[in-house]
Amino acid sequence: MFFAGFVVNAYISGAVIACLAAMVGFFTLLRGSAFAAHALPKVGFAGAAGAILIRADPIIGLAVFATGGALAMGWLGRRGRRDVAVALTLVVALGTGALFLVLQNGYASDAYSLLFGQTVGISSRQVFDTLVLGVAGIVSLLILYRPLLFASITPEGAQARGLPVDRVDTAFLVITGLATAVTVPVVGILLTFSLIVAPAAAAGHLTHRPLRSLATSAGIAVVTVWAALTMAFVTGLPIGFFVATISTLVYAGARLVEFLLRTRTDGGRQGVR
Amino acid sequence: MSGFGALWQDPQVTNALLVGTVVSALAGLVGVFVVMRGQAFAGHILTDVGAAGASGSLLAGVNAWYGFVSFGLLAGTGVEVFGNRARSRDAGTGIVLSFAMGLEALFLFLVTRYTNNAGATMLILFGSLFTADPSLTPVVVGVALFMVALLLFIYRPLLLCTVNPEIAQARGVRVRLIGVLFMLLMVLAVENASIVAGALLATALLIGPAAAAMRLTTRTSLALLLAAGIGVTVTGLGILLAYESYYWPPTGRGWPVGFFISALIFLIYLAVGFGRSSAGAGRSSAGAGHRPQKGA
Repeated sequence: MFFAGFVVNAYISGAVIACLAAMVGFFTLLRGSAFAAHALPKVGFAGAAGAILIRADPIIGLAVFATGGALAMGWLGRRGRRDVAVALTLVVALGTGALFLVLQNGYASDAYSLLFGQTVGISSRQVFDTLVLGVAGIVSLLILYRPLLFASITPEGAQARGLPVDRVDTAFLVITGLATAVTVPVVGILLTFSLIVAPAAAAGHLTHRPLRSLATSAGIAVVTVWAALTMAFVTGLPIGFFVATISTLVYAGARLVEFLLRTRTDGGRQGVR
Repeated sequence: MSGFGALWQDPQVTNALLVGTVVSALAGLVGVFVVMRGQAFAGHILTDVGAAGASGSLLAGVNAWYGFVSFGLLAGTGVEVFGNRARSRDAGTGIVLSFAMGLEALFLFLVTRYTNNAGATMLILFGSLFTADPSLTPVVVGVALFMVALLLFIYRPLLLCTVNPEIAQARGVRVRLIGVLFMLLMVLAVENASIVAGALLATALLIGPAAAAMRLTTRTSLALLLAAGIGVTVTGLGILLAYESYYWPPTGRGWPVGFFISALIFLIYLAVGFGRSSAGAGRSSAGAGHRPQKGA
């Protein structure tokens, strides 16, 4: 069965998605914007429900809402508290999503498959889309790498050097929205957040150097997704459940390794962070 | 306005109004502190974790309320323990959340596959005041009374811990204990709202009215009253509109209460912000200037 087309397709898309999600996650944790990363997939869900209502491609609705939500969070966040801005954007999107779901006739099974993720029946066309969007996301993150790192660590310093911090922030939110749109169809709304946060959190306990941490979290994410895909194919249970469980275990493992290394060296030499 | 005459005779509606009022007033009160303490993310997480519990209890055939509350308490403890230090706050909260959402996905999947409860997902995630189980009303009201008592009891130390934890510590306030008690309040407020408005919209009642109220005033006691008032008004209006919407297209199905509540909250928040900036008040951000007033 492992040679069935859609299985290979799932593994290829899974690897691209995992890399992008983990890289976004690294910056997400650095900037303390985990709430936004959690909210954007759900905002996207409302978009998918709306697209289904007007008989458009749900993925396009997802992408439009996730990016629009990212822009709204950036705009509101500059005029008030950041976490309140995220919460309100999320809430309005969800209310609208609930309305879209009620307005359409019958059972919106397409929307629900987005909730849990879809690993069976991924077409080559979808793999191609994922590849293009995923690579675009990874490349734009690499281009933004230095300014983004600078603006994330010391926003004031970056501002003083003349870096357009607001624009860098917004660009990062839009990339998060894009990563969401690519990840959700495979992993599902509920667990896209796991894939973004957990590998990066684990890597943060293993190394403190930015580039190495970025690479480690990408590696952890790919292994997590492939293992989760395999288990999902074998058991028929939703892949998101496996992604979450494996990531939690990996995170616990990383903390254990960090603890062991630290006690073995010298009682408590803290890494530079 | 075809339906308002019959509105008050409908036991579903009166129950919805009663439960909705209680729940949204408390969410507004607790929400002011949530916004001041910057715990909106933690507050929102509790809804997702609660949804995991609720779907689990549907699977086990227990009333969803118990699932919401028990999982909420567990997660509150987890966030308090793992998310204590500011450095690991996002990561710790995130891991608790991601694990809970994994369980939620599994439970919801199993519920939709193995029971006839196809609407369960919709109900847990989006909820509906009109389907609130009347036998739960005494429980919800009882919990609400307990919360008011607890909030009054810890009000002053909580305010001090929120505004300036160092001074609170120096004055001998047990900051950690107050933090845990407040987490308990937050869990109860969120899960009570979840069972009524649905997990995904409990956040609306917790954060929205409080954030709007704090844009209107810098006095905490006034903000508390305003937040509770905005919450109750919005919920009441939402219920009326949802009742009315049975006569809107597509006829006979009605628009979800949660949609009206969240849209109204967002509009109020925006209107308050524009009103304030055009009035020229120079405060930089919502609630940044919050201080306990003298003698509070």
